[in-house]
Amino acid sequence: MNTPVAASPLPLEGAPPADRRSRIRGGRLVIAWLVATMLSACAAPEPWVKPYERERLADPIMRLNRDALSAKHSEHVRDISEAARGATGVQGGGCGCK
Amino acid sequence: MAASERIGRWLAALASLIGGVFGAAFATVAARAATLPENRAEAMVHVYDGGGVTASGPAVLVRKSLADKVSLTGSYYLDAVSNASIDVVTTASPYNERRNEFGLAVDYAVRDSLLTLAVGASSEPDYDTRSVSLDIAQETFGGMTSVSLGFTRATDEVGKTGDPGFHDQATHWQYRVGVTQILTPKWLASVNLEAMSDSGYLGNVYRVARVFGAAVPEQVPRTRSSRAVKFRAVGDLGQRDAMHAEYRYFWDNWDIKAHTVEAGYSRYLGQSLLADGFIRYYTQSAALFYSDNAQTETTYVSRNRQLSDFDNVVVGGKLSYDWKKQPGQYDLKAHAAVELLNVKYHNFTDIRDGSLYSLRAAVLQLYLTATY
Repeated sequence: MNTPVAASPLPLEGAPPADRRSRIRGGRLVIAWLVATMLSACAAPEPWVKPYERERLADPIMRLNRDALSAKHSEHVRDISEAARGATGVQGGGCGCK
Repeated sequence: MAASERIGRWLAALASLIGGVFGAAFATVAARAATLPENRAEAMVHVYDGGGVTASGPAVLVRKSLADKVSLTGSYYLDAVSNASIDVVTTASPYNERRNEFGLAVDYAVRDSLLTLAVGASSEPDYDTRSVSLDIAQETFGGMTSVSLGFTRATDEVGKTGDPGFHDQATHWQYRVGVTQILTPKWLASVNLEAMSDSGYLGNVYRVARVFGAAVPEQVPRTRSSRAVKFRAVGDLGQRDAMHAEYRYFWDNWDIKAHTVEAGYSRYLGQSLLADGFIRYYTQSAALFYSDNAQTETTYVSRNRQLSDFDNVVVGGKLSYDWKKQPGQYDLKAHAAVELLNVKYHNFTDIRDGSLYSLRAAVLQLYLTATY
């Protein structure tokens, strides 16, 4: 004998029995808890190098393209002799020449 | 509303949008004010000498900030070229020409973003280029991550000396994105990606190809699509020295694939000298339609050695000297840089003697930089 569902204000045709619905709700809660746990584990990490630890990184020796004209000229020489170009990290790259 | 105010609001809105996107991507963003590049002036003399080509000239750059929000940069660059390269001496007559290039850029700091709008113009007797670029850089993740986006569009007007009836155009688009990440108090790493698209006349009006041994005008496709990705790491070695290593992979729909590997070392010598040295290896495969001497007739054919199969080893060094310094007022440095190139072509012959062609070239830069 089927569990009556007519008491529901919106009777659903083919709706699962009440004990099965309860199990589904429980399953969903577990999945939601797992997702929440995983998301909290995946939350963005805190910056691990503090500003006061970046003194060495700020030294000019750590910058490759220290001087704009020099970098531009070196890139120009490569542009006119090699087919590869781009992804140099130099802003507005390109040779602008034939 | 004044035009400058309207542009300012546009830039602010764009920066807010970018900031919002990055802010959503990095949940622990700490608000940091972007800083403008320092006031700076550079003056350089450059020389390239190799393979029968000598190109030299002066270049200057001046950058000055206004009201802590905007920085203006103006630059000029001259190439005086004397060309007797193997392409020229085997098919035409050596020539001299000049290329003038002007650039103007505006940096605008808004919240934690730095926006750079730049325009450029380059002029040769038979070739003119106009370009505009927009770059946006933003620090995020507590200042540990720097993200940059950029776009350039350039238009070329192509002519031909001695043929006033010839005229063509080319348009270039470049889209770039980069991420620089602080890894430790001593190490930085970055990834740059760039997509490029070219349309129009992409060959050289003077260059000839060889088909069955006969010289014919080169035929190059009118479109090209290219990609490049570069990985780089820089590390402080702890003895007032540092090293860097990088790798770039390039590929395009002309079937060119190129690898670039570079490693370098920098070291302070005493209180006033900084020395840099690097070695770079570059290798590429040939374009589909490249042929040293084609044995079949095809729609496209080129003997442009830049599109051939070759490798290039570059060794370079630079010395920077702290010339004069007045703390809080100015800092003047003198620099001398040398690069030696050694290019070996694997499928490009010197038609004068039938041997595989190779060239050695030297690049010299002498320049002064001042921050103030």
